[in-house]
Amino acid sequence: MAKSKEKLVPVEGGVIPERDAGTPPVLEARHLGIDFGGLTAVDDFNFIIGKTEIGGLIGPNGAGKTTIFNLLTNVYQPTRGKILIGGVDTRGKKTYEVNRMGIARTFQNIRLFKALPVLDNVLIGMQGQMHYRLAEAVLRLPSYWKQEKAAKEKAMELLSIFGMESLADAPAGSLPYGAQRRLEIVRALATNPKVLLLDEPAAGMNPSETAELMENIRKIRDTFQIAVVLIEHDMNLVMGICEGIAVLNYGQIIAKGTPEEIRNNPKVIEAYLGRKGGAAGC
Amino acid sequence: MNRTRENTIPMPVRYLINTVLISLLVFGSTAFVNGGGVSGYITKVLMVIGINIILAVSLNVATGYLGQLPLGHAGFMAVGAYTGGIFLKAVNADQATGISYALMVIAALLLSGLLAAVFGVIIGIPALRLRGDYLAIITLGFGEIIRVVLTNIDEVLGFKLTYGASGLKRIPKITSYFNVLVCVVLTCLVIHMVMKSRHGRAILAIRENEIAAESCGVRTTYYKVMAFTLSAFFAGVAGCLYAGYLGSLQPTTFGFMKSIEILVMVVLGGMGSMFGSVLSAITLTALPEALRAFEDYRMVAYSLVLVLVMIFKPTGLMGQYDFSMSRILERFVGFTRRFGKKEG
Amino acid sequence: MAFLSTLFSQIINGLQSGSIYALVALGYSMVYGIIMLLNFAHGDIIMVGAYVVWLSMTSFGLHPLFSILLAVAVSTLLGVVIEKVAYAPLRSSPRLSLLITAIGISFLLENGFQLIFGAGAKVVPTLISGPTFQIGGASISTPALVTLGVTVVIMIGLTLLVQKTRLGRAMRAVSEDMGAAQLMGVNINTTISFTFALGSALAAVASALYLSSYAQASPTMGSMLGLKAFVAAVLGGIGSLPGAMLGGLVIGLAEALVSAAGLSVWKDGVVFAILIVVLLVRPSGLLGKPMKEKV
Repeated sequence: MAKSKEKLVPVEGGVIPERDAGTPPVLEARHLGIDFGGLTAVDDFNFIIGKTEIGGLIGPNGAGKTTIFNLLTNVYQPTRGKILIGGVDTRGKKTYEVNRMGIARTFQNIRLFKALPVLDNVLIGMQGQMHYRLAEAVLRLPSYWKQEKAAKEKAMELLSIFGMESLADAPAGSLPYGAQRRLEIVRALATNPKVLLLDEPAAGMNPSETAELMENIRKIRDTFQIAVVLIEHDMNLVMGICEGIAVLNYGQIIAKGTPEEIRNNPKVIEAYLGRKGGAAGC
Repeated sequence: MNRTRENTIPMPVRYLINTVLISLLVFGSTAFVNGGGVSGYITKVLMVIGINIILAVSLNVATGYLGQLPLGHAGFMAVGAYTGGIFLKAVNADQATGISYALMVIAALLLSGLLAAVFGVIIGIPALRLRGDYLAIITLGFGEIIRVVLTNIDEVLGFKLTYGASGLKRIPKITSYFNVLVCVVLTCLVIHMVMKSRHGRAILAIRENEIAAESCGVRTTYYKVMAFTLSAFFAGVAGCLYAGYLGSLQPTTFGFMKSIEILVMVVLGGMGSMFGSVLSAITLTALPEALRAFEDYRMVAYSLVLVLVMIFKPTGLMGQYDFSMSRILERFVGFTRRFGKKEG
Repeated sequence: MAFLSTLFSQIINGLQSGSIYALVALGYSMVYGIIMLLNFAHGDIIMVGAYVVWLSMTSFGLHPLFSILLAVAVSTLLGVVIEKVAYAPLRSSPRLSLLITAIGISFLLENGFQLIFGAGAKVVPTLISGPTFQIGGASISTPALVTLGVTVVIMIGLTLLVQKTRLGRAMRAVSEDMGAAQLMGVNINTTISFTFALGSALAAVASALYLSSYAQASPTMGSMLGLKAFVAAVLGGIGSLPGAMLGGLVIGLAEALVSAAGLSVWKDGVVFAILIVVLLVRPSGLLGKPMKEKV
């Protein structure tokens, strides 16, 4: 399982894997913070992701991990700080615009288009890549047929990553839990992202499914040459595939580093197990 | 549902078959109706059914496909009806013949639809940015305001347009069985084509999960307004047909109750099923006509059915099932193939 | 001077009808707060209450006070029964289905009463009699005074009920988070029933106050009255009790002032226009809390 990982090297704003050092970071958060009412949910969050990095965001329940995903996709507008996608500030952008700038995500509580067929779920992800107009669709002009055909072929190809081609016509809501999680990843990939945000992708999966997922995440990164950031509680998964990890507690980063560094960080052990904790299970 | 790829009929052939079948239906039934195959009364009922089908199918776009709850569909119908009525009177459509008559009718229908669509955009843009029940409330308010405006505008501005509470009268009666049928077919066709495209998928995605849709790059506000406007456009067309059918209009016709009546058709048929909307528009228009003898109990039975359907089948009678000629043909083809193999 | 006294009279009128709207709006608001349902049948409870008053006074010759009490009892029972029979089975269904059911119940009540009693209006005998007071040229009738007084007393009582009692606390808890309230041992069914009972009782009181000035009962009397009260509830901030109160008064006063300006035919239009403007500027209503969906 312990596949050798690349060394992290420092660049402006943080560390990224050595192989990405030549290209600018794909995603960056600077001093990001948000308050809900009087409550500070996230504060001074700094974070940088290399072009093909697999990053991890861990921390106890309620630490603010999902809030950070919501900030990165502009579902919430940050109170402080800024987010850069490929160096471009996303301030004031709508969620769909952020998606088209290159961020795709999955949700902790799966949000599929349940009544629609699996294929359509993926095709909706490709919305930004199809350009025929309403009139062309109503009149069924060649542009409609061409783009629909191309999109369907690409969608089937994406489904084949997880071997789901045969499920294309089934309603998404009828799939078993694990397949729904995989479909969410395929749908996110269909939007042609530069960064894939996965919110607890292994939740509810058994160890062998998790191992398979781990392989698939690596495969996705390698094939599409994109970055992946995941929130996960399964430490085997996080330690197994993440190159850089940030640990969050009470909305603030308490530690950052490689899996080895995180594993041995006393602050992390304390956050997970309380002050007395001796043997860290993770 | 489990469709095997080998039975799929190629696209051009499907379109050819559907075109032939639809043309047969339109021209065949028109010839039958106009040739005196049915009584004048039945023809009238058929026209009302057609108008109601357009209303239900168009509301289904906003309710069933987009998942919103507009309570002012009659308001859009009213805009279309008065636009059509005023236009037809202004151009003296009843004195025209031949091509110019046809052009006037087409112009009236398009104009009515377009003006209703403009109102759809005006109402939709602010209302659809808000989530939840606000759209319901704002459209309800819009419907009521339209009614009040239609009733009183002449007195205030000194126009002679809507003729207020006394009603707009002597509108040229342009609506015929043929007109209505063509409009029904075109409405269903356009909506079908839209829904089976990237635009339609975006609309459905919003219904299914708005946040996920937006995260997938769907411009949610844009598509909500698009669906809403499409819905308003066809309601306007139906309004114009209604004006040309009745020959006179009263503002009170287009109250909250009319909106609810259309909504009931959609819900009863199954939200998100065009086939369901068509079926229930036919049933709910024809049944009361058939039950004229029981006039008094009609509305009680109607509301009782509504409540019972909701309690026992909240998704409506047809659910989200949609009728597909091709699917039936495919089954038929699949069946004959299997049958043929056995024989041979 | 004549203008001022007309204005003053219209303000009194506005407060009177506003109080009635407010009482009805409370029912909409409480039910929405607790099960997120726009209870379209609520307006028709007013109508049922009015028919009970009419029937018990004309057919059974009951004293007005007993007639009103009977109306309150019947309405309360009806509200609870409607919830149990028509809404409770749909608690886990899509909200649209619940709403359609409410519309269906509303139709059923209106058409049912029309079938039984006919479409015509029934004249209700005088409920509250008394002198008309003159204050500086403006006149206030006894029914108007009673309406204002009763509304104030009810508002105080209701606020105490919601703030201080066990059931009131349960109502607030359920409207905050139904699941959590249930885990904390709040009986959801009882609380919802109680909310419907309370709302319907208030509607019956509103009905009696309405009859004291307008003296007519008809099958469709509840629909426009209910619609306006609903607008009042949304205007004030649906789910907020002081909001319902404020919304009712705003609607009542707006109507009275539009009438005073000689534009009474535009009354309904103005009410809905105010609604739309407020919703666009402040979607949560005047006193409502903004709601945010959890992602």
